[in-house]
Amino acid sequence: MDTILAMPILEMRGITKTFPGVNALDNVNLTVREGEIHAVVGENGAGKSTLMKVLSGVYPHGSYSGEIHYKGEERRFRDISDSEKLGIIIIHQELALVPLLSIAENIFLGNEPARNGVINWAESFARTKALLQKVGLKESPSALITNLGVGKQQLVEIAKALSKEVKLLILDEPTASLNESDSDALLNLLMEFRRQGISSILISHKLNEILKVADSVTILRDGATVDTLDCHKEEVNEDRIIRNMVGRELTDRYPKRDPKIGDPIFEVKNWHVFDAIHADKEKIKGVDFHVRKGEVVGIAGLMGAGRTELAMSIFGRAYGQNISGEVRMHGKPVDVSTIQKAMHNGIAYVTEDRKNYGLVLIDDIKHNVTLANLKGVSSNAVIDDGRELAVASKYRKDLNIRCSSVFQQTVNLSGGNQQKVVLSKWLFTEPEILILDEPTRGIDVGAKYEIYTIINALADSGKGVIVISSEMPELLGISDRIYVMNEGRFVAEMPAKEASQEKIMRAIMKSWED
Amino acid sequence: MTHQAAAAEDTGSHSSLSRFIKSNIREYGMLLSLIVIMVFFQIMTNGTLFKPLNLTNLILQNSYIVIMALGMLLVIVAGHIDLSVGSVVGFVGAVAAVMMVQFHIHFIPTTIVCLILGGAIGAGQGYFIAYFKIPSFIVTLAGMLVFKGLALYILHGQSVGPFPKEFQLLSSGFLPNFLPGTFNSTSLLIGVAVTVLVIFFNFKDRQNQQKHSTAEEPFPFFIGRNILIAAGFIMFSYLLSSYKGLPNVLIVMFALIAAYAFITSSTTIGRRIYALGGNEKAARLSGIRTERLTFYTFMNMGVLAGLAGLIFAARLNTATPKAGLGFELDVIAAVFIGGASASGGVGKVIGAVIGAFIMGVMNNGMSILGIGIDLQQVIKGLVLLAAVCIDVYYKKKS
Ligand SMILES: Nc1ncnc2c1ncn2[C@@H]1O[C@H](COP(=O)(O)OP(=O)(O)OP(=O)(O)O)[C@@H](O)[C@H]1O
Ligand SMILES: [Mg+2]
Repeated sequence: MDTILAMPILEMRGITKTFPGVNALDNVNLTVREGEIHAVVGENGAGKSTLMKVLSGVYPHGSYSGEIHYKGEERRFRDISDSEKLGIIIIHQELALVPLLSIAENIFLGNEPARNGVINWAESFARTKALLQKVGLKESPSALITNLGVGKQQLVEIAKALSKEVKLLILDEPTASLNESDSDALLNLLMEFRRQGISSILISHKLNEILKVADSVTILRDGATVDTLDCHKEEVNEDRIIRNMVGRELTDRYPKRDPKIGDPIFEVKNWHVFDAIHADKEKIKGVDFHVRKGEVVGIAGLMGAGRTELAMSIFGRAYGQNISGEVRMHGKPVDVSTIQKAMHNGIAYVTEDRKNYGLVLIDDIKHNVTLANLKGVSSNAVIDDGRELAVASKYRKDLNIRCSSVFQQTVNLSGGNQQKVVLSKWLFTEPEILILDEPTRGIDVGAKYEIYTIINALADSGKGVIVISSEMPELLGISDRIYVMNEGRFVAEMPAKEASQEKIMRAIMKSWED
Repeated sequence: MTHQAAAAEDTGSHSSLSRFIKSNIREYGMLLSLIVIMVFFQIMTNGTLFKPLNLTNLILQNSYIVIMALGMLLVIVAGHIDLSVGSVVGFVGAVAAVMMVQFHIHFIPTTIVCLILGGAIGAGQGYFIAYFKIPSFIVTLAGMLVFKGLALYILHGQSVGPFPKEFQLLSSGFLPNFLPGTFNSTSLLIGVAVTVLVIFFNFKDRQNQQKHSTAEEPFPFFIGRNILIAAGFIMFSYLLSSYKGLPNVLIVMFALIAAYAFITSSTTIGRRIYALGGNEKAARLSGIRTERLTFYTFMNMGVLAGLAGLIFAARLNTATPKAGLGFELDVIAAVFIGGASASGGVGKVIGAVIGAFIMGVMNNGMSILGIGIDLQQVIKGLVLLAAVCIDVYYKKKS
């Protein structure tokens, strides 16, 4: 931006917000200039989402202390609609779409193009189509949200924001569930908005993206502003941001390990799965793969490649129908036809959708951690509270879960800490094979490192780990071997040492040509 | 121990005390409301409410609601509802009457058959709900019509009775007095023993919490609560003993309350039901057989409804086609007044029991005052609404 003297569109001064037992924000300042992309970064639980909820009126005036100045005036928002009227639109970290309504209905929910209360469907569909094109989502406006993956739902949210008169767009980890090309498209969109004079606040744990587009960066740590950097005036790089975020030097992104790989312990042969709803649509078209003892296997692919479907169908047919194929553990065929049997045979699956499939949000950390292995904390079906507490406290410590206590409801945890709770739950089942579906989505660099360490420890103890991830650097960094999946097939296999992002993309491209 | 504990808690700041009150206001509030309502009616009825005779009646009248509330709590925590329980009460009572009065079958096999019948009804409905994924509201609405109709059918629209003496004892029997005197000292002794046991377990529980330093309840609160419980229990047993003693039903009811409180708070199956209601998908992916669990929850409800049917029939000493009419409303209301959430995953046995007693005391007190059934309904409805409003209000605040 060359309008260096651009006025601030937003100034948040001395914002303090407490929850029972937690000081989420402590005297935070944030200044966003007109027409800039302002990044907000910080570890999980640093208070980023809370700050944005204060700004957008989710937490109304009076529930926090401090002042919000927007377009030169002090504002006291009572709810979201107050801030929306002034063009502040927030897209929350947890998506807020109505699952059984169509894309078009969701986009214009509460804002329907209507005359005398009669909705003009033709117009709303046409406008939806245009908006979907803008965000690069190839779906019909009448498609139901529930049939879309999280990634596509994110795009719908952005399209929804665009349908309003937006001056300041707040995106809370918008690219967390997007793959590279979709993320790029989104970032380009933001830059396009900047040209149109729309300011944005971007929260992300993907620092490379931030460096690509941000004009300034505000760093939060433990609920306080640590620093604000101007990307045009000073040298800003990932190391500098990380240092500020975690308060210390983080030399390596991926923990070192020398793998001791043994015989195959887990094999899947000729695996076929049909769509859960449309019985004639084949989702997984004959997949063969294996995992060796002590090995971390990555599965790369684009959104919709069928990786989650593959994992869930193996995990006790949690997805799909007419499933055929064979699963072997330690060379012997095993029955994985129900989730209980799959778990009994040592398979664990950590979902990509922690809110809907991973956690009982109204329940506390302790209960969530032990849910998949209640036997481990009970005798004769009677739960031993002390043992349960000890288990939960151990995982809280091991995985560094930030919470006021293990009695805290998981709904009140920050996204990254929720993920750690789900992970704890599955680690506590002591699996032979751990399948991780996007395990670091929405997780800060420090916590990622911790999770990689846990993965390594698991592999080193002779278990097998399967990692599904859309972040290719991560796959390259932690896997021993990588499978590339596309449109329900495994199209390539390579040792991680020989793999590169280009090679993976080439394999996908090639499979399309064939 | 008490001194140390008190000292340890005194170091806790005021904010933690106020936090505790805030997050537990609901439970204390419930207990307090029950006491306030009791005192209110005690005064309004010029002391009739707590007359031993009336107190005994109150318990007999309320027992089947409490027993069904235990099952309904599980159903509601699992995220469902059962509208059929009132009709099942009537139907099971009718079957019992036909078996004992018309076919002269002994009361023990009859009781067994009726409990199994209740379980089978619950299982049948649970099957459609769990495995065919038909909403429980619809399945049990159908059940409500079906069993009301069947009760009418097997009674040919008439009342059938009276029952054999031994069967009546289920509802009208009292614990016999083994000690001399007209005052039922045995009952009082048992009452005191149970009180001691309850207090003992409370203390053990707290000790356990302290061992893991998770005791949140400030010590004075803990002591106060226990004194209240002890005083209440002993007063009740004294009053009951001065009439005829502890009713048999009360003992059944108390055993069931204790069992269900234990199941919900301390067993794996209880935990799984909460998880199921809290997030069915996550529960399923955690290896919980959600369908089977739902099925069992309804089967359990059926057994308890069957038991309630027997108790109710024994109390009236006849089976009438109208038996059980509208019971489901009282039972469901009791559970919601007790703090359960309509969306599942939240609710406590003690809450449901207190809720049932709030309903019971109001029914009884208003009847004594001669308030018409019409106005009674209005008042009960408003109390339900108020209780749930308070719930929502505190949930928002915390
Ligand atoms: N409603 C709530 N009740 C209690 N504590 C809360 C509530 N909401 C947030 N917190 C706490 O406030 C802190 C900040 O949370 P916040 O969600 O803002 O973190 P974040 O920076 O967005 O993290 P992430 O990167 O994981 O999304 C956390 O410790 C969290 O547990
Ligand atoms: Mg957040």
